[in-house]
Amino acid sequence: MMGRFTWFNATSLTLGFAFLYIPILLLVVYSFNESRLVTVWGGWSTKWYGEVLRDEQFLDAAWVTLRVAFVSSTMATALGTLAALALVRAGRFSGRTLFSGMIYAPLVMPEVITGLSLLLLFIALDVNRGLGTIIIAHTTFSMCFVSVVVSSRLVSFDRSLEEAAMDLGATQAQTFRLVTLPIIAPAVISGWLLAFTLSLDDLVIASFTAGPSATTLPMKIFSSVRLGVSPEINALSTMLIGIVTVGVLSASIVSKRSAQRRAAQERAARAAGQ
Amino acid sequence: MNWRRFLLIGTPYFWLLAFFLVPFGIVLRLALSDAAIAIPPYTPVLDLSEGWRGLRDMVAAWDFENFQWLLDDDLYYIAYLSSLKIAALSTLLTLLVAFPLAYGMARAPEHWRPALMMAVILPFWSSFLIRVYAWIGILSNEGYLNNTLIALGFIESPIRMLNTDFAVYIGIVYTYLPFAVLPIYATLDKLDTSLLEAAEDLGCSRISAFWLIVLPLSRPGLIAGGFLVFIPVVGEFIIPSILGGPDTLMIGRVLWDEFFSNRDWPVASAVAIVLLLLLIIPIVLFQRAQERVREAEQ
Repeated sequence: MMGRFTWFNATSLTLGFAFLYIPILLLVVYSFNESRLVTVWGGWSTKWYGEVLRDEQFLDAAWVTLRVAFVSSTMATALGTLAALALVRAGRFSGRTLFSGMIYAPLVMPEVITGLSLLLLFIALDVNRGLGTIIIAHTTFSMCFVSVVVSSRLVSFDRSLEEAAMDLGATQAQTFRLVTLPIIAPAVISGWLLAFTLSLDDLVIASFTAGPSATTLPMKIFSSVRLGVSPEINALSTMLIGIVTVGVLSASIVSKRSAQRRAAQERAARAAGQ
Repeated sequence: MNWRRFLLIGTPYFWLLAFFLVPFGIVLRLALSDAAIAIPPYTPVLDLSEGWRGLRDMVAAWDFENFQWLLDDDLYYIAYLSSLKIAALSTLLTLLVAFPLAYGMARAPEHWRPALMMAVILPFWSSFLIRVYAWIGILSNEGYLNNTLIALGFIESPIRMLNTDFAVYIGIVYTYLPFAVLPIYATLDKLDTSLLEAAEDLGCSRISAFWLIVLPLSRPGLIAGGFLVFIPVVGEFIIPSILGGPDTLMIGRVLWDEFFSNRDWPVASAVAIVLLLLLIIPIVLFQRAQERVREAEQ
């Protein structure tokens, strides 16, 4: 849609983005506040960053969170991609309706229910709760997100490319490795990123499934947030926001570049063919 | 069936059976059991050494007592209603804020749009918990908003905003805004502006052209955005527990307290089952709406 860009549109954009960004900006600016009174400005300082980075509990929680996120997003990507291939490519099999139901249900399931049900399973099986159980829980809900992302790519791509490869003598496995995988790779990577950030961010499911031995960063933040604002949490939040912003921006630049390169290669191939 | 196909389907299938369906069955089973002061804190437990008789005894001891309890105690009934009310009202508010923003994005010059899209998506990737937390500093009695209002002379003493329903509404609109903006923008982006030009040529004012053309044509986006906000908000836990007051009743929080504070697992499970039953209707409606959109596109 185009048309005149009016003062009304300009105002609503300005107000909308101000609403989205001012709370984050205040948080970032006040993380450099010297004063312990969070909302009163007392001059610039980076001392709270030092405090956070020296705090063993925060560092332990961050390390737990990173390990959980890395392992669970990798497992979720593998399982989610398999699930997408099974749903889009495997044709009919018995129990397919149940399978697709189980893929979509966790997407709309309230987190408190997912957390509660997994905790009850772990208790019924009498397993020690800790890192492993959080990883299983995160893998289970994020594999569904991965499979939705990957299957939307699988549905839209041109199957004649695979047929051409098979006609030219490639085996099924070669076709998958040389044709299918490179084409769905961007979706697999964005699925992994999504799973990774979902795991980094999760508080509710981790609180249910973590035993007393493992505390993730969101759990640690939540327990200190209940006591009110603190300059350490402001500093920690600013670091996390900074990492995510750099990550998302660079991922989008890389994918844009590779799309441009692919388009250029296609043009060159077409020109050479003529 | 060859082994490769079996692995392809079987691996994710068994994972979901084990970690989604079976746990769900356990919740259902527990909802029908009675609370007990024991480990685990419920009866009856399945006694496998008794074989079939153990299973039969367990099933025989099941009842709907916990659900009856939910009906008898006003707390749950009020919490369900209040979750639905808060979710409905905040969905409406989110759509009201999201629409002008999406409309402005769709009308912005073409080369701005990727950057504007990025600006909407970016907060969605950064931590939900931190974005909710950011509002404590703004809304508290010594917060930025009260300080500013006092400094400007509008008020003399701080207004209580944090730990009220008002704060919960702001928190929901703020965190769920991208979910509403993106589908609305997607439908507005596809809208054919020649329709608007035609309407204006035929003497329609710009405001009535908006009501007669833009709004009806953006309905699919509004519906999708509305469900994407409503469904997760009903079971929301983080926002009411950080920004809400002691009288902000939402069912996600009740479930959490029932489990962690009261340690009444059977009642917590029954609360979960009823929450899910409440959500089935909006979920089915959402699926239908999405299918209609897909059919219309073909």
